[in-house]
Amino acid sequence: MPRIVVDVMPKPEILDPQGKAIVGALPRLGFTGFSAVRQGKRFELTVDGEVTDAILAQAREAAETLLSNPVIEDVVNVEVVEA
Amino acid sequence: MTELPLIGDAPVAAESRLNGAKIGVVTFPGTLDDRDAARAVRLAGGTAVALWHADTELADVDAVVIPGGFSYGDYLRAGAISRFAPLMSKIIDAANSDAKLPVLGICNGFQILTESHLLPGSMIKNDHLKFLCRDQVLRVENNTTAWTTDYEAGQEILVPLKNQDGQYIADEKTLDALEAEGRVAFRYVGFNPNGSRRDIAGITNAAGNVVGLMPHPEHAVEPGFGPESNAGTDGLGFFTSVLNKIVGGAK
Repeated sequence: MPRIVVDVMPKPEILDPQGKAIVGALPRLGFTGFSAVRQGKRFELTVDGEVTDAILAQAREAAETLLSNPVIEDVVNVEVVEA
Repeated sequence: MTELPLIGDAPVAAESRLNGAKIGVVTFPGTLDDRDAARAVRLAGGTAVALWHADTELADVDAVVIPGGFSYGDYLRAGAISRFAPLMSKIIDAANSDAKLPVLGICNGFQILTESHLLPGSMIKNDHLKFLCRDQVLRVENNTTAWTTDYEAGQEILVPLKNQDGQYIADEKTLDALEAEGRVAFRYVGFNPNGSRRDIAGITNAAGNVVGLMPHPEHAVEPGFGPESNAGTDGLGFFTSVLNKIVGGAK
């Protein structure tokens, strides 16, 4: 069954405390090549049947209203992935 | 029914004229502080009415408290799923109506109010990434809201603070507007516990009926149970303020 993948990231101007903690932990494990980490969220919405334009539009609206908070986050990607 | 304190004297001489005022306290799955909030209402002299998130009517309450906790386990974002509960639509409409229903959001309740767009900005994880529980001094910056008239402007109060996602953020333009319009209701004093912009602990909407804050006034309403200094009852003023407003005795 096809899925619609929605990626949400904290806005660039907002300090991401979780990403900051991760970038602090990386060098302790020997991963020294990274200067910054930002942590986002990936949602997978499963669709029974075909992904029509209407369903994709619903996914985009859900991404903007429920899956992300526009005050602190951006929806950076909405795409269909065939199973 | 007026609640009797467990120890000591009644923190205020609860006036019988206040108990006709009904304050709804909303419970979501995962709410923790609804019982304390209801008790605070009763200790202040009012009548507490339990509201359930799936209710579709407000039960004729005169004001609403959205208490703290971890509604829906803070899944997705703190307050994000609760915002779409059936009762929240009623509360949002009533808060925005001409009647201007007084609404207080405490901690997770504050997060629900920002997710509902009743208040601007948002909360993200504390800058130090830890859950923090401490007694916190706040300054009452605006004593003209429905929930703060029993305080003096600039009064410092001591109430418990306990949260993980308590860092208040908004863009600079919004922050400047909040400051200019006197809508910063409470500020942290002496120590910023979570990295909140401009030490903001709580804000109000333009009309003054919707107030949200991260610290917990409902845990500082009874001698012997709140913070040790200042008698431990500094939070009671939130509840007496709104009760006095409802019965028409507001200052």
